[in-house]
Amino acid sequence: MKLTLRVWRQKNADADGAMSTYEVDGISSDMSFLEMLDVLNEQLILSGEEPVAFDHDCREGICGACSLVINGEAHGPERTTTCQLHMRSFQDGDTIDIEPWRASAFPVIKDLVVDRSAFDRIIQAGGYITAPTGSAPEAHATPVPKPDADFAFEHAECIGCGACVAACPNGAAMLFTSAKVNHLNVLPQGAPERETRVLDMVTQMDAEGFGGCTLAGECATACPKGIPLVSITRMNKEWLRATRKAGKR
Amino acid sequence: MTTYADYRTGEPVADTKAPSGPVHERWDKRRFEAKLVNPANRRKHTVIVVGTGLAGGSAGATLAEQGYHVVQFCYQDSPRRAHSIAAQGGINAAKNYRNDGDSVHRLFYDTVKGGDFRARESNVHRLAQISVEIIDQCVAQGVPFAREYGGLLDTRSFGGVQVSRTFYARGQTGQQLLLGAYQALSRQIAAGNVEMHPRTEMLDLIVIDGRARGIVARDLVTGKIDTYFADAVVLASGGYGNVFYLSTNAMNSNATAVWRAHRRGAYFANPCFTQIHPTCIPRTGDHQSKLTLMSESLRNDGRIWVPRAKGDDRPPNEIPEDERDYYLERIYPSFGNLVPRDIASRAAKNVCDEGRGVGPGGQGVYLDFADAIRRMGRAAVEAKYGNLFDMYQRITDEDPYQVPMRIYPAVHYTMGGLWVDYDLQTTVPGLFAIGEANFSDHGANRLGASALMQGLADGYFVLPATINDYLARNPHQEPVTDGHPAVREVLAETEDRLNLLLAVDGDRTPDSFHRELGELMWEFCGMARTDTGLRKALERIPQIREEFWRRIKVPGTGEEFNQSLEKANRIVDYLELAELMCLDALHRAESCGGHFREESQTPDGEAARRDDEFGYAAAWEFTGTGAAPTLHKEDLVFEYVHPTQRSYA
Repeated sequence: MKLTLRVWRQKNADADGAMSTYEVDGISSDMSFLEMLDVLNEQLILSGEEPVAFDHDCREGICGACSLVINGEAHGPERTTTCQLHMRSFQDGDTIDIEPWRASAFPVIKDLVVDRSAFDRIIQAGGYITAPTGSAPEAHATPVPKPDADFAFEHAECIGCGACVAACPNGAAMLFTSAKVNHLNVLPQGAPERETRVLDMVTQMDAEGFGGCTLAGECATACPKGIPLVSITRMNKEWLRATRKAGKR
Repeated sequence: MTTYADYRTGEPVADTKAPSGPVHERWDKRRFEAKLVNPANRRKHTVIVVGTGLAGGSAGATLAEQGYHVVQFCYQDSPRRAHSIAAQGGINAAKNYRNDGDSVHRLFYDTVKGGDFRARESNVHRLAQISVEIIDQCVAQGVPFAREYGGLLDTRSFGGVQVSRTFYARGQTGQQLLLGAYQALSRQIAAGNVEMHPRTEMLDLIVIDGRARGIVARDLVTGKIDTYFADAVVLASGGYGNVFYLSTNAMNSNATAVWRAHRRGAYFANPCFTQIHPTCIPRTGDHQSKLTLMSESLRNDGRIWVPRAKGDDRPPNEIPEDERDYYLERIYPSFGNLVPRDIASRAAKNVCDEGRGVGPGGQGVYLDFADAIRRMGRAAVEAKYGNLFDMYQRITDEDPYQVPMRIYPAVHYTMGGLWVDYDLQTTVPGLFAIGEANFSDHGANRLGASALMQGLADGYFVLPATINDYLARNPHQEPVTDGHPAVREVLAETEDRLNLLLAVDGDRTPDSFHRELGELMWEFCGMARTDTGLRKALERIPQIREEFWRRIKVPGTGEEFNQSLEKANRIVDYLELAELMCLDALHRAESCGGHFREESQTPDGEAARRDDEFGYAAAWEFTGTGAAPTLHKEDLVFEYVHPTQRSYA
């Protein structure tokens, strides 16, 4: 395949960015999207240009590092991570636009690399169960009904890639935040911190400058792990419950 | 002329610090004898932790909970992305919830045997003891393990064992365990007990008066090289499988932290013990940047086969049952498809070498679920392995529910690593190594679902107990400053190295060198090794290194985000480590576990150990780039599990 790539280039956080156009040839349909970018970068280095910076690591869809907007869609046309997108999803002669996540809470560091540390601070605000090492009771002391365990797992699958934020017209982080709230709040181990968790995480989310949620639903469509939109509704319910309870105290 | 293949033999390792007495009492004894640091004094101690995977994440969180001031580093943009996240199948623990005859002693026995009698008994027994506490700890953190309808935890079987002791969270066990550790770490970051430096890579170790006192690290965003000081340094930076270029490791996983520590005095043990995992997706072409694992758990229900006849290129579904060779079931009837990884990998290589391999280039074997789908129904198979099947289909564009998967072995894990004593301390006082970064528990072959167990055992339980002893014995270390001559020297060396990489301005990319080295290592230091091949590699590596320093091209500057510079600097270290791996493989003229020397095999092609000559761990001391290293032997004593020819037949 021969392709034309239009790629966002930005020297650093303070510089202005712009789209640059490149041609790549000899792309096989078995290549992953990132392997196609490897080909471009080898070409750029040898011609004395700086390669395109992008985040990537495991290249098997689980670490959540890769983060490209491809032809206007977070992670591109398939419901997967950028690293698991393969070139068989494109045609010979295509022009492909490649941009970084666009959200005010995710500033660009260089080219296609953004700063997602806001997600870490949301987790630090309450996305955990307090269980210092050594304090745990025997694992079978508290059975967890299978449906609850499965529900927790489905939300715990979130890889923190940020596609939900990139896809949202408001740049909201509700799907990310709700996934962690729902994972921990449904478990008996998470019950003691159930209220403080949701209140503190939502407060931090707002402080990070993410937009408000209007239930546009783009987040759940872009999520490579299939975190459902109803996750947000459930978090809102948790938040209301916690607010009411806090009011009574 | 002295060649690198000449090495000197130094003094044997005198003391591993493992206590004497019955094996099941040693850990208790060591914990009791270890000195403690008064809780009020702990905050006066700073501990550096490099890496945030299962070992580093759990260690950072636990040390901070104990009251130490922790300064932690990861090259990723978030500690949540360390490569432990990609572990799929599960974590072993001797809970015996199945009442199937499991026990701490059996897990200990299986691990020593699985490692082909090249691990230290005291450490392995401790690992088995701690395994049960790990599950308790992770459940308390909210790790969503698979459960039965009654609400209790489910388990499954893994290779090399005949009990069902592997706890799992679908095919994402590593992710869930890592998020548990990451969340515990996050709590400590919020509390101000951990100072976290993401996107920061360790480039060297600072040793002062013989003790590890800090590191040199580069901020990957600004390019700024800085020094960080502490009372002890913990390396949890993972394995070195990326020496091979193609592996199941993450693209940026690297050996720089452990190799730089080795150059500063830490012995490197058993570098040739690398694990080639039998079930990975075969490569499709030269563009391939990494290989993807298909969890070993698939071997519970999938059946591995190749055509009986050479060159049979009919589609798999058209090959009748009696023309298929389910070779693992045929050769190893009692373990069948669940033989340990080294054995399964070698068997796959053998059938492919015979010309019976399938897929492009004949480099593959079938992993077939047709029987499982008939037996359990498609829905049950989907519930158990759905995400793995999806991943396979996405990468290969083939539907594994319809046609058998094609798999081939790939580099996955490194059993070798920094030599550590029973306290997980390296030969540099104050420098500890945990998780895959050390060599300690898996001998010459790691059993499936044991890496997660070891990483968390080291980080949650072992290191937090043993590091106390070191800090208690060294309570008032002189403060270190940038002005110290030793610090200035390390800093200058690091800066010079990066500047030189930028200055060469040659005509070859970092990746081209990495690929070349990787292909050489796969050919000569991969699944089967020979004296001649290893000597060839040892001749070739210095030539590649020389060419690297003449022709490398790194665009951009050091004072910015520069991924080419990061890569090139890691390759500098691979080019030295590769040489030590080949030398270690050459000197160990026996086969054991994942290290298969063609000259040393039984009549039926199994690994032939030579315990009398090689019943030791090889700990190498660095003496200079390209200079003959010194070998220190740690004799392995087996009091409980007596070495026998491993049999899985």
